[in-house]
Amino acid sequence: MSDVYVVGIDMIKFGRFPERTVPQIGAQAALMALDDAGLKIQDMEALYCGNLYQANAMVGQRILQEIGQTGMPVVNTANACATGATAFREAWMAVKAGAYDLVLAVGVEQMGKGLLGGGGGGSGIPKEGLLGSGTMPAVFAEAGMEHSRKYGTTFEQFAKVSVKNHHHSTLNPKAMYQLETPLEMVMNAEMIAYPNTKLMCSVNVDGSAAAVLASEKKVKELGLMKRAVRVRASVLTSDPWQERDLVMPDVNTCTRLAAKKAYELAGIGPDDIDLIELHDCFATAEILHYENLGLCADGEAGKLIDEGQTALGGRIPVNVSGGLLSKGHPLGATGIANIYEVSTHLRGEAGKRQVPDARIGLTHVIGLGSACGIHVLEKVS
Amino acid sequence: MTESSKKPLPVVDFLKIPESGDPYLEGYRCKSCQATFLGERTVCSKCGTRGALGPVKLANRGKLYVYSIVHRSFPGIAVPYVSAVVDLEGGGTVKGNLIGIEPDPAKIRLGMPVEVVYKDALGRKDKEGNSYLSYFFQPGSA
Repeated sequence: MSDVYVVGIDMIKFGRFPERTVPQIGAQAALMALDDAGLKIQDMEALYCGNLYQANAMVGQRILQEIGQTGMPVVNTANACATGATAFREAWMAVKAGAYDLVLAVGVEQMGKGLLGGGGGGSGIPKEGLLGSGTMPAVFAEAGMEHSRKYGTTFEQFAKVSVKNHHHSTLNPKAMYQLETPLEMVMNAEMIAYPNTKLMCSVNVDGSAAAVLASEKKVKELGLMKRAVRVRASVLTSDPWQERDLVMPDVNTCTRLAAKKAYELAGIGPDDIDLIELHDCFATAEILHYENLGLCADGEAGKLIDEGQTALGGRIPVNVSGGLLSKGHPLGATGIANIYEVSTHLRGEAGKRQVPDARIGLTHVIGLGSACGIHVLEKVS
Repeated sequence: MTESSKKPLPVVDFLKIPESGDPYLEGYRCKSCQATFLGERTVCSKCGTRGALGPVKLANRGKLYVYSIVHRSFPGIAVPYVSAVVDLEGGGTVKGNLIGIEPDPAKIRLGMPVEVVYKDALGRKDKEGNSYLSYFFQPGSA
């Protein structure tokens, strides 16, 4: 089977757009991705749309009602925070299988402000604050504390992740925030769920991102190889059974499983990767994924952040976009937005935050519950 | 029957309140692979075996695995509180509030022994006015 390529990709600047509809926000990125490829909606053979909060509302079809109702097949996906990556992967698979030569993948989300998770559900009385916490900051705090328990990782080390990612975002005009946040500022920010302070929690924003995927034959036919990005691996996993699953969602095992498969499929190892966009929904999470993705040995993630190895200019830059912590985290858009970031570096178009000579990049998302999506992308020319 | 003489309801299905004797947490264990679950089920999601799960009484002693101190929660939920994940002796992992200790990372030790205690669910009542019995963790002896 021949390779699949990204020939057009873009994202809107993340922000808050309460006056606009979800399809309108999604349509904007779709048009930008088509423009990036120099193609029209009529050239697309199928649409894969990722959106979580309106998963029952035909968002993909409504995007076409904004930009061109051609009658193409539309698949709407929902997979928690892996929703966008899942839409991209479905698009990739359809082209890989030879069903289509040109398809569009869109991820879009409109978020409210405030805490995610918890809330309860079920009958009886609310369980939040009675049977511990189901809020996302607490769930990921507990996941981080597991790392502290094993390896002595400190509050300060977790906080350094936020310092780094907020710094990166000052170089990214499409990030929600462009603000430096020194260590004392991160550590002294309002404590949400120890050890995650407010500045260590991802930002709820509205956003969209879209990609045009093409078969090798089509890329050559259209003469688009010059800026094309090759998809070297697309992997999706769910969470294998773990003994604490019932009370502690496991983001580690499904990531390790996906990373192993992705490296095998791409025929590379972690040392071959030039940059990574990973799922820093909370600062604690980024530390875990250094080891889950094999960037260092188990127990060395704290050292990695201390030494600045994952900062722009370091050995393996992570989240140079600013990450979910500062760029923002519109759930359904995130998986395609991080593919946009890596593609932009592989094309050498990332401006001030460009990772020099980037040839291979990796994107990673986690949908709690759980789904892990990993894509390995490669510069073509 | 007056309000106060009504028996409290269990906060979750796996908290059992026997007619006589003390309340306890009930797990379901797979006879094939020994995986322990909370709540009744018929298929083991670890090994896929069907019909090999049976109830087991979980221990009231365990060790603190991890925790978070929650300072911001949903409207109406009193903060701070300690959300704790506890590994029970003999199997089963349960999440709940850790009480009887200052919500201060300097005071809470990962791995510390805890015991399960059963108390009223912080005064929370359902729409029908029913009281609930909940479980909590508190520091225990090693």
